[in-house]
Amino acid sequence: MDLFNNLIFGFSVALSLQNLLYCLIGVTVGTLIGVLPGIGPLGTIAILMPITYGVPPVGALIMLAGIYYGAQYGGSTTAILVNLPGETSAVVTCIDGYQMARQGRAGPALAIAALGSFFAGTVGTLLMALFGPPLAEIALKFGSPEYFSLMLMALVAAAVLAQGDMLKSLAMVVIGLLLGIVGSDVNTGVQRFSFGVTELSDGIGFIVVAVGMFAIGEIISNLGDKDERRIVMDKVTNLFPSKEDLKRSIGPILRGTGIGAFFGVLPGTGPAIASFSSYMLEKKLAADPSRFGRGAIEGVAGPEAANNADAQCKFIPMLTLGLPASGVMALMLGALTIQGIQPGPEVMTLRPDLFWGLIASMWIGNLMLVVLNLPMIGLWVKLLRVPYRLLFPAIMAFSAIGIYSVNNSSFEIYLTALFGIFGFICVKLGFPPAPMLLGYVLGPMMEENLRRSMLMSGGDPSVFVTRPLSVAFLVATVLILIVMVAPAVRERRKEIAD
Amino acid sequence: MKLELSNNKDIWSGLMLIGIGAAAILVARNYPFGTALRMGPGFFPVVLGGLLIVFGLTILALGLRQGESMAGSWSLRALIILPLSLVLFGLLMEYAGFVPAMLVLIFGSATASTEFRFVEVLLFSIGLTALSVAVFVWALGLPYPLIVGLD
Repeated sequence: MDLFNNLIFGFSVALSLQNLLYCLIGVTVGTLIGVLPGIGPLGTIAILMPITYGVPPVGALIMLAGIYYGAQYGGSTTAILVNLPGETSAVVTCIDGYQMARQGRAGPALAIAALGSFFAGTVGTLLMALFGPPLAEIALKFGSPEYFSLMLMALVAAAVLAQGDMLKSLAMVVIGLLLGIVGSDVNTGVQRFSFGVTELSDGIGFIVVAVGMFAIGEIISNLGDKDERRIVMDKVTNLFPSKEDLKRSIGPILRGTGIGAFFGVLPGTGPAIASFSSYMLEKKLAADPSRFGRGAIEGVAGPEAANNADAQCKFIPMLTLGLPASGVMALMLGALTIQGIQPGPEVMTLRPDLFWGLIASMWIGNLMLVVLNLPMIGLWVKLLRVPYRLLFPAIMAFSAIGIYSVNNSSFEIYLTALFGIFGFICVKLGFPPAPMLLGYVLGPMMEENLRRSMLMSGGDPSVFVTRPLSVAFLVATVLILIVMVAPAVRERRKEIAD
Repeated sequence: MKLELSNNKDIWSGLMLIGIGAAAILVARNYPFGTALRMGPGFFPVVLGGLLIVFGLTILALGLRQGESMAGSWSLRALIILPLSLVLFGLLMEYAGFVPAMLVLIFGSATASTEFRFVEVLLFSIGLTALSVAVFVWALGLPYPLIVGLD
């Protein structure tokens, strides 16, 4: 059986001592930043990316992925113990998780969160292995018009489904596309938007944009907020959930995994949407909905499974189509490109070690996370005591070293400072920064495919509507736009935003 | 009325988009636009700039009718100090070396917090700089002089 052989091959890659180590580093760092509020996986992955240049591609991807799903685990710890979402995906977990902790049931809440996430992670891994290869096979038949339409759909969907104002998200995508243009034009060699600055002739560094917007900009806006630290519940006794807890959790975990997997493959839907939907569903299904908000374990189990399944399934479009479905996936794509690997359906045939190794490592990483999170919970709780006033200068220092080390260029540091200011303005004016990163990554590919399609068709734009797959993507794009402008959906978006 | 306008989130957002879009078109007007068959390097930027202006005008119009006011408190101190510390880091890396650059960056950015404590931050800066030297320069071998002229 093919799948079986492939998975065995994947495990042989992931179980090499070196890759195990990268995986462990990744999930540990991920848990760490997940626990700490004020720094997210986007910023961390951006800051750490330069370090992965010297690492082989498989190891680099395994480590970066570990940071990402590790952060989902860590975020729930903070949510349950401090009522502060360590990550946005854990917002929902705060509601019932913190109530459980106040009732002295922090242990079972943490255990169910970890076990639910582990189950969802396992299913996510299987889904990747099952659906990855056929998807890639279809994608191999794509021509330039299909790619252009697919990217258009992904960008529109990402902007529209992202939290916040739809127009502003779309505008951010366009700004990202413009930023991607900076540098020499691949077809003619003309310098665009580089204003005679030699450092800009290769384009704006990917890491500069990401660190500036997500690390520096975040810090500036965090420092404006009043520091609301709450009392930490640092005594976690009795981790084991009761039989009753387990019985109540099984259903929510299964449903949450399904919801997460569904939202996972959709572009733009962050894990927050998946976990929120799962919470609403559990509340609706519950025999006694009034228990929710007062420490119902279902309200922890479902959303935690959902956000982990979502995180895992986000990798499917990235690895098979070369299409980033979220800001973090845009970073992963950037990391691959920097490693000299052209993202797309060819990755699976040209670099099977990368695809299957990553899948296997994700399952191993999820297992490591259960071990890291449960017995070592006391250690992570202590970390919560690190005050932000010391945390953010350290983040600044690591960001600066990371960026400088890429090209040994002070110019890129100045540029990062500028993007930090711009990132802050965006946050203040209500522009979500993640869609911009998607636009920035896809911009050059999109322009290239548009120009190639037009050359192919002899300048006739109808090429986009005469090829069946391309037209399907365009119709989907229009449908997404229509559905999202519909009043009922707008209401619901507002609800989620609040 | 005037106060309301100057605090209106959407008006500022609209103006910002129009500004960026106009700037993009202005710069890109010198690049060959090309034809539909052979799109020049100017085609994509001009179209995108135009799109931004359309978005900007829409948001501006919505904002004039009923805009949201700018939410939350913000720290001018952080907005100035953090980018400035980065710029200083860049300059010092070129002219003074890794150690002074790190010390200034860490200590400098820490002053952006309202909870800044002199002695604590001083010790923290020295400790973190020492750690960075050990990890990045000695262990990972990044080729930066610790202090320029002291080798």
